[in-house]
Amino acid sequence: MALKTFIEAIRETMAEEMRRDEAVIIMGEDVGLKGGVFLATDGLFGEFGGDRVIDTPLTESQIIGTSIGAAMNGLRPIAEIQFADFIHPAFNQLVSEAARMRYRSNNGFGVPMTVRAPYGGGVHGALYHSQSVEAFFAHVPGLKVVIPSTPYDAAGLLRSSVRDDDPVLFFEHKKMYRSVRGDVPGGDYLVPLGKAAITHPGTQITVIAYGLMAHYALEAADVVAEEGISVEVVDLRTLRPLDKETVLSSVKKTGKCLVVYEDNRFLGYGAEICSIVAEEAFDYLDGPVTRIAGPDVPGVPYNHVLEDWFMVNPEKIADGIRKLAAY
Amino acid sequence: MAATRPGSGATSELAASVGLTDDDLIGMYRVIATARAVDERMWVLNRAGRIPFVISGQGHEGAQAAIAWPLERKKDWIAPFYRSIATCLAFGMQARDILTAQYAKAIDLSSGGRQMPGHYGNVANNLVSLSSPVATQMLHAVGIALAAKIRKTGQVAMTSMGEGSSNQGDVHEGLNFAAIHKLPFILCVENNGYAISVPVERQLATPNVADRASGYGIPGVIVDGADVLGCYTAAKEAVDRARRGDGPTLIEAKVIRLTAHSSDDQQTKYRSAEELAGLTANDPLPRFRAQLKEAGVLTDELESQIAAEVKKDIDEATDFAENAADPDPSTAMQWVFAEQWPGETPPAWGFGGSHGTEGHEGDKSAAEGAVD
Repeated sequence: MALKTFIEAIRETMAEEMRRDEAVIIMGEDVGLKGGVFLATDGLFGEFGGDRVIDTPLTESQIIGTSIGAAMNGLRPIAEIQFADFIHPAFNQLVSEAARMRYRSNNGFGVPMTVRAPYGGGVHGALYHSQSVEAFFAHVPGLKVVIPSTPYDAAGLLRSSVRDDDPVLFFEHKKMYRSVRGDVPGGDYLVPLGKAAITHPGTQITVIAYGLMAHYALEAADVVAEEGISVEVVDLRTLRPLDKETVLSSVKKTGKCLVVYEDNRFLGYGAEICSIVAEEAFDYLDGPVTRIAGPDVPGVPYNHVLEDWFMVNPEKIADGIRKLAAY
Repeated sequence: MAATRPGSGATSELAASVGLTDDDLIGMYRVIATARAVDERMWVLNRAGRIPFVISGQGHEGAQAAIAWPLERKKDWIAPFYRSIATCLAFGMQARDILTAQYAKAIDLSSGGRQMPGHYGNVANNLVSLSSPVATQMLHAVGIALAAKIRKTGQVAMTSMGEGSSNQGDVHEGLNFAAIHKLPFILCVENNGYAISVPVERQLATPNVADRASGYGIPGVIVDGADVLGCYTAAKEAVDRARRGDGPTLIEAKVIRLTAHSSDDQQTKYRSAEELAGLTANDPLPRFRAQLKEAGVLTDELESQIAAEVKKDIDEATDFAENAADPDPSTAMQWVFAEQWPGETPPAWGFGGSHGTEGHEGDKSAAEGAVD
């Protein structure tokens, strides 16, 4: 076991995957000598060379579109989109092409490609360096969406993503890159896609979260525990395919469900979780299915007072838990 | 001059002038003739209410067959577009594969009946599956070329599209990237002068798409799409250049669009009768036929023989496609991913429903208002 930061786990896993399989390449903006703007690929250019760690022009559609083509001709590209906010020029390639390739060719072609992108606010990134974009892509059948919250999961899920035969969007909360540390064992372990984890067992309220919010949910659970409220935290880890079984069995046990996400509340990813719980655990519910989510403004504002107002934090989650507990 | 017999390996002066054999020339002719005949059959079936939609390649076939010819089947790659019938036939697909796609039957090689007709592509022939948002395939072909270079496979990747599609941003991003990395890549723009109804003057600020090649530091070659051997020569040079590692080429073939954009389009709204009447002068099929006859490569007898074989092939393919099974709704949730995911919820109504042809047969909506 070694204590690693979130970004170290990601960087070292990419290096290991590239050593293990020469079909794995990295493509993105500044991923070469600079090692990426967050240093996620630091040192990989030196080890693997410019043929396998490819600096691209500022062309997100090209990064994804050529990764799709390369994936169809024997490679396993890891595409880096510098900020999730900049993924939108590639939306067509992801949604019309990568997501549909296997279905539309009746299993003739697949796209084994992993798209990594840092997302999320709370880092003074303002409107265009703070976005959460998971809902756009989790909506689309044919795309897998992964959001890890620990270095252990980041390494295990990234390995599973790179080795998966279908396109995976791997979103990393940028605030966690250096602030989150955790034990990462050596060796070639996998965390399977599509499996949630119960990170804090409890009996009275289920809180469902992912990414940075999975940490904040744990902090909130500790706060309300002192007030006698027992919270079970489910860290989804993979948003699609969704581990419905873990979600529903937890809610059926506790009878109450709070969904937490940083993205705008309206039609955010958590709305689907609420809908599934309402439809499939109705008989077990002892209160409304509720949400704590980002406000419905078009972006995270820059000024620190405004940014603090926008961001979901442990205190806001704890308040949501208390209200739900009162039912 | 005595006509050469197929399979004889003979080389007429005409064939020698482009470094091919007479078999190659007859092979190209057969692809062009088959593509035209399949295409005409599609329109008949559409107007008879048998198939809901047609998108056509008539007028493009000469350039398509010739430009695909120097690429190596099952080694090199082509990302085709929706008019690429002759391209696909030249690269290994059969008339039956085109017609089962028109009927969207389960056996359709390209998509198992999931895609609209015209979205040809299958892994067995290294033809990339195609979507409807235009020019997206550009980047796939560039990515295939990138993988070829990294893996040192010696493959060349080509994509084709209309001049309308050439205005998309993906084309710029792809040409730039392919040129930077000297990828074994060819962009073939089949310029028929129209993006559905919008004429080329309102699509391009320069007279030719190929003019843009200089902006990427790559060759931009213009060919007459009715000059089949001229198209072949340009493509051969581009393939050789790509294979040598000297980078991409943009080929612009000036072709004609003999039909409306699709079976849902009425082109007389935006093309004059005179313009339409004048098109036949640039039809690649009669022009290539005349050229082959003059060179003694094609006799009247061989022409009739090929025509009869093509007709028989297409008649059989039509019957086969007409009688083939529709896909079953129980398969409709398969191949979202490589494996089944229990988390994906099937619809409340399950997988039942009519397996018959009801629903599109006799549905005239597709052809409504479309008279070409």
